[in-house]
Amino acid sequence: MIAEAALILIALSVAVCVIRLAIGPTLPDRVVALDLAVTLCVGAIALLCLKAGRPTMLVVGIVLALIMFLGTAAFAQYIERRARR
Amino acid sequence: MNSLVLRTAARFLLPLLLVFSVVLLLQGHNEPGGGFVGGLVSASAFTLYAVAFGRDAALRAVGINLQVLAGLGVTIAILSGVPALVLSEPFLTGHWATVPIPGIGDVKIGTPLLFDIGVYCTVWGVALIMVLNLAEE
Repeated sequence: MIAEAALILIALSVAVCVIRLAIGPTLPDRVVALDLAVTLCVGAIALLCLKAGRPTMLVVGIVLALIMFLGTAAFAQYIERRARR
Repeated sequence: MNSLVLRTAARFLLPLLLVFSVVLLLQGHNEPGGGFVGGLVSASAFTLYAVAFGRDAALRAVGINLQVLAGLGVTIAILSGVPALVLSEPFLTGHWATVPIPGIGDVKIGTPLLFDIGVYCTVWGVALIMVLNLAEE
């Protein structure tokens, strides 16, 4: 029951992130929105594991959380390089 | 990029991601994971290192020529099919052996694992070649 409620809240948060991703006036806004959406996805994966009662997918969440950092760092590098020109 | 936070984080994340890529490789036969995903994770670990320290530092961290790594992977994958040929079965038929390892227990080791290790090395090398060449500008 609590897991379902949390999943609904996470879905709403992802929807808000997608809105920011679509209208975000600047590129950094969009990058932060994407970063937050992936973090919420990790939470959703953990909740789905809880609901299914099996820890098999938890590794996916852990790897996603570690890789997400790479995407944000690469975007930051791209923005920095673009600003220099 | 010249950021102390990124450099420190990359230095911690590289070994962590490599450990997880091996975990994905080893659990791949029965659970989510496998050689392909493990290779991608380890390639992204070195991509992160390249973003933080530069392309040449990442190449030095890998320690082996990437093209040699990819070729080695394909060779290992092909060799994993040879035992079946020797036993006059179809190529790449899986063979398993249970090896007792002290402290861990009985571990099943077979040719599919060898094939996965080959895929791991190939994906690792090829993905890293592509990403680092794109990052070169």
